[in-house]
Amino acid sequence: MSETQIYSLRVNGKLRDVTDAWLGESLLYVLRERLGLPGSKGACEQGECGSCTVVMDGVAVCSCLVLAASAVGADITTIEGFTDGALTDVQQAFIDEGAVQCGFCTPGLIVAVHHLLDNTPRPSEMKIKEALSGNICRCTGYGRIFAAVTRVIEQRAQQ
Amino acid sequence: MSPSIVRTRRDTLGTSALRPDGGAKVQGSFAFSSDVWADNMLWGATLRSPHPYARIISIDTSEAIKIAGVETVLTAEDVPGQLTYGLIESDQPVFAAGVVRYMGEPVAAVAADHPETCRRALAAIRVEYEVLEPHVNPEDSISGSVPPIHPNGNLLRHQRIVCGDTTVTGPVVVECEYEIGMQDQAFLGLEAALAIPDADGGGVEMIVATQWLHEDRKQIALCLGLPEEKIRLTLGGVGGAFGAREDISLQVHASLLALRTGRPIKMQYSREESFFGHVHRHPAKIWVRHHARNDGMILKIEARMVFDGGAYASTSAAVLINAVTHIQGPYRCANAVVDGFAARTNNPPCGAMRGFGVVQACFAHESQMDKLAQACGLSPVEIRLRNAMRTGDRLITGQPVESVAPVERCIRETDAIALPPQMTSSPHELLLPGGSGRTADRQHITRGIGWGVSIKNLMYSETFDDYATARCRLENGIVTLKFATSEVGQGFITLAPQIARSVLGIDTVIVDPMDTTIGSAGSTSASRQTWMSGGAVDGACRLVRERLFEHVARQQNLDPLQLEIDDTDIIDTRGTLRISVSQASAGMTFEETFEHHHRPTEDLDENGQGNCHVAFAFVAHRAVVDVDTELGLVKVVQIATAQDVGRALNPLSVLGQIEGGIAQGLGLAVMEEILMVNGIVKNPSFTDYLLPTALDAPDVVAVLIEEPDPQAPLGAKGVGEPPCISVTPAIAAAIRDATGRAITRVPVRPSDICL
Repeated sequence: MSETQIYSLRVNGKLRDVTDAWLGESLLYVLRERLGLPGSKGACEQGECGSCTVVMDGVAVCSCLVLAASAVGADITTIEGFTDGALTDVQQAFIDEGAVQCGFCTPGLIVAVHHLLDNTPRPSEMKIKEALSGNICRCTGYGRIFAAVTRVIEQRAQQ
Repeated sequence: MSPSIVRTRRDTLGTSALRPDGGAKVQGSFAFSSDVWADNMLWGATLRSPHPYARIISIDTSEAIKIAGVETVLTAEDVPGQLTYGLIESDQPVFAAGVVRYMGEPVAAVAADHPETCRRALAAIRVEYEVLEPHVNPEDSISGSVPPIHPNGNLLRHQRIVCGDTTVTGPVVVECEYEIGMQDQAFLGLEAALAIPDADGGGVEMIVATQWLHEDRKQIALCLGLPEEKIRLTLGGVGGAFGAREDISLQVHASLLALRTGRPIKMQYSREESFFGHVHRHPAKIWVRHHARNDGMILKIEARMVFDGGAYASTSAAVLINAVTHIQGPYRCANAVVDGFAARTNNPPCGAMRGFGVVQACFAHESQMDKLAQACGLSPVEIRLRNAMRTGDRLITGQPVESVAPVERCIRETDAIALPPQMTSSPHELLLPGGSGRTADRQHITRGIGWGVSIKNLMYSETFDDYATARCRLENGIVTLKFATSEVGQGFITLAPQIARSVLGIDTVIVDPMDTTIGSAGSTSASRQTWMSGGAVDGACRLVRERLFEHVARQQNLDPLQLEIDDTDIIDTRGTLRISVSQASAGMTFEETFEHHHRPTEDLDENGQGNCHVAFAFVAHRAVVDVDTELGLVKVVQIATAQDVGRALNPLSVLGQIEGGIAQGLGLAVMEEILMVNGIVKNPSFTDYLLPTALDAPDVVAVLIEEPDPQAPLGAKGVGEPPCISVTPAIAAAIRDATGRAITRVPVRPSDICL
């Protein structure tokens, strides 16, 4: 492939070299195909479904819409950056409340819920629905996902 | 949410055991078929027709193959085996040869070093088309007024049902024509596979997301001209299915590219390609006339049902049979005349989607029930209760409903669910129809309530023996299960170990990879895997238990028939022995394989008579909607439902199916439609094809009706399809109630409400 470039991305706290990459590659493609981080999923390529959600400099973004080469210098956190073996409270609640079926939307939702609760620890029901309305789930109908988020909010409030 | 979710010490049947793949899925480490890769692999991509109907004059691949990084380009000439494939009828070309019959039909495929190289190669293939006027009206196929667009003709199937006294008329007659739009399954995990050629070029290994590994293998082998055993399939992680993975998509193309290049091929569709790469729910037009007595009792149903099958057969013939045999709904009816047609057109091919023909029939029969209620001066609940089917009643096919049929109970228990509070005078903006657009005016919002009740067949019909195979091995206190059942998200991966724990009293259960090294499990469709693969796992575990009891009985000098499992122990019912299963099986290996077959079914005769279905499940839905009558916007507030589940083997999983199915039925009611103009698809993207989001999801209040079905191996009925069927007409009825509009088509568009 012509039009290649070498650059580095800061992903999950580590500086990672991207070599021999076509400049047109999206951040999602580079994460999945070049950096061995397939946890972010691609399902629409248009920023509609949220399956590829990552946090970039504190903002939740659709990595399919970010040109990888333009993310140089940004702090990027992917689903792989949320765990070091142990599950987070959000991840555990998703399992316990049955919020996971096929699981394709799950990594993006986990990132989105962490991002929501980091910024708004006690969101209202409507705030939760609004915050997650950019993450499409085709299996669950969202009921168990709301239950999982509610459980995390209640657990954190008790701590 | 109503079913109580109880945690117990052991994850046996009836408990809400958690998904064993949940940990990997929440961490992003679960390997979906799009996540697998191989050293030295190439990317594959498909060239598709931009025209709904055209003759191919020539294909020139010479410029494409010259591009650096392009390894091969394939067309119809490169298919070594059978040139066509298909689930029921092999009528769909692997690559178009001479003619394209729908927009998006595959014409060529390339393999290259990068997805972008593939894109450039596809752009460099020169195809000269003679564009033809597409045939897009199914009525023309029925009348025969257009020349055949396929050698097999334009009529995919016609089935008539004539039942009872067709001359009967009633004092109350209601009739209408209904229309159902084309819905997409829109699973999130796009079509993807990795095909790895054998070193000698004589076979292929494939990791693929599919609903039915063995059927894929059969069709791939035929097209490659290879024996089936040379094609080995392993299930890759599946990101949802809903019927769209029952037909072949990229399997043959990826295999051909792998064999041609001698290198692993990764193929994955984009969302746009996915809209063209799998079949959809049939759009349909259904005319129905009900004759009834003044008290609302149905005397006769007349119907004419036209399903647009698109360019290729797929499962249209089976979808049509479901439609015509379910048009009476869950109601008694002694007399009927029904004509059903599945027609071939130059529209995109249609086939399996959750509900499979019954969704369309249900919108028609439930809309009719409300008309009948109105004509007889009855409430929507009363008309349905008076006509509700009971166990033992005969369908218009003559088939007795031997399944438990708690229709009346479904209706009454749904009716007993509390209605949601009225909208306040100053509601949160996101609760208004139209949501954050904030265009709805509180003064123009009215509330409506509507009903839908449905009957759905379970398993395959018309003499098809869709058996399932499973193997159970008990070794040193650990159970290992093996089956080829596609786990598409529905949760069989959770249920199978629950079955083993209950039958064998062992808690450590391993599920081996799903692949073609064991017999077929049939398709993950038709709400059938809990019944079929569940029956197979149960059967295999019971055989192992028999061997284990024989072994223990020999050792202890007891009668094996007196032994049973009590929690994690084997006990002698006369009270002389208690030994843990782990201890009793130490050092031993027991392995058994079991095939579960459901009872045989019959074909329908020319009058549509015959016991063509295996079993049935029932459900009631009540919808509450708020409608902005001026702007035509709808907010679905609440769905109340009572579903006949037989026995809830995992209440949490059942609830997940109910809530998820309701969201898809809501999509068909007010949001989702593939729009076509003269065979051209106008909205193949998630920007333009609208799916329910978190803000569109209604509150769901669900009651599980548990009356175990004696026919079912575990007493449990399939729960996957019923939730999405009658919710659509319930929402449409609620919109009628709010607006007074006729609402004869779904999805309901703003213009249907306010213009």
